[in-house]
Amino acid sequence: MNGVHDVGGMQGFGPVLPETDEPPFHAEWERRSFAITLATGALGLWNIDQMRHERESLPPAEYLSSSYYRIWFLALENAVRRLGLPNREGLRARTAEELIGMFSSRSSYERPITTEPIFQPGQRVRARNINPRGHTRLPRYARGHVGTVIAIRGAHVYPDRNAVPLGQESNHAPEWLYTVDFSARELWGDGADPTVTVSIDAWEPYLEAA
Amino acid sequence: MGYDDKHEHEHEHDHPEYSELSEMDARVRALETLLTEKGLVDQAGLSAVVERYEKEVGPHNGALVVAKAWTDPEYRRWLFEDADAAIESLGHVGRQGEHMVALENTSQRHNMVVCTLCSCYPWPVLGLPPVWYKSPSYRSKVVIDPRGVLADFGVSLPEDTEIKVWDSTAEVRYLVVPMRPEGTSGMSEEQLAELVTRDSMIGTGLIQAPTDTAR
Repeated sequence: MNGVHDVGGMQGFGPVLPETDEPPFHAEWERRSFAITLATGALGLWNIDQMRHERESLPPAEYLSSSYYRIWFLALENAVRRLGLPNREGLRARTAEELIGMFSSRSSYERPITTEPIFQPGQRVRARNINPRGHTRLPRYARGHVGTVIAIRGAHVYPDRNAVPLGQESNHAPEWLYTVDFSARELWGDGADPTVTVSIDAWEPYLEAA
Repeated sequence: MGYDDKHEHEHEHDHPEYSELSEMDARVRALETLLTEKGLVDQAGLSAVVERYEKEVGPHNGALVVAKAWTDPEYRRWLFEDADAAIESLGHVGRQGEHMVALENTSQRHNMVVCTLCSCYPWPVLGLPPVWYKSPSYRSKVVIDPRGVLADFGVSLPEDTEIKVWDSTAEVRYLVVPMRPEGTSGMSEEQLAELVTRDSMIGTGLIQAPTDTAR
């Protein structure tokens, strides 16, 4: 969706404000939100693409005026409510050992695929001009622009398909994933810095030959 | 300007009873209590998660990877060819670090990493992201004005240095391997790791030569 989360290239947010020795959490509720989000995620009731879409779907003003852990918490609160989590039978909290086991091991989204990649490194491709209402990981600033494939990353679960409505089965059917380079001049016009390139990681359905 | 964590943090100290933070404390506590009573989260489990990401996993992990790449040419080659295996060999493995790619900074090319769509970040080597990394200001600006972002960090690169920005839009996670500073030839891996900053592994900082950083 063309949401406010897709901020790449927007202007007016002010300077980046680094903080010395920044702690991971700035308040106890942030610490708790983070832990609850991971612990409930470990119940396996939703996938990462569904939860990203929940966060993106917060009201735009709310999203932009919230810290990132607040965004996480509001999305989690919505998901818990919509799934009726407190009244669900047959669920059991993951123990400390189970959680640490999960988070200290790989959970790859790479999947076997039967097709061959359509594009090869060095090939010119155009990011399609798509505007899906649901979840997508193709940022708006790249759409319609021509770049060069610089790597094939394997076949990965396709987020646009995997972000099914909450409560539905995940769809892990993969697509080839590429890294595509765009010159800043292609993205931002002739006045852009000629020394700058920007890459995105793009699934095959996001691209067409150019 | 965006409303960010820093403001909330300051707010907390100014008006503890009336700030948004108090409301958030109450809301988060309410949900945590409900989920705990229903047996959906476990207090020991929550503590273990916090402990891992607040204390154990952090940029010191990535710093050891970088220091090894500086001192061991074989490891360096391996890291740029197969970062997953090279990083796992040092014990840094886990969620949000499944498809690692290491990026080499040189005098000709400077790499910077962002996630414009959310906050994707290589947890096993860098820990949890700093607030600025997740802020709309960084996410919006770095893809259109990376030199402006570097200036916000007090960093200036030569005009002809290529800048390459990597937007983490999928599950690939990027680690910048900064240039080894001058005057460090006699230093051990452990001493070198002490010099490696988190920002230098995201691409928003450079590493100072030890003479500059010594007290």
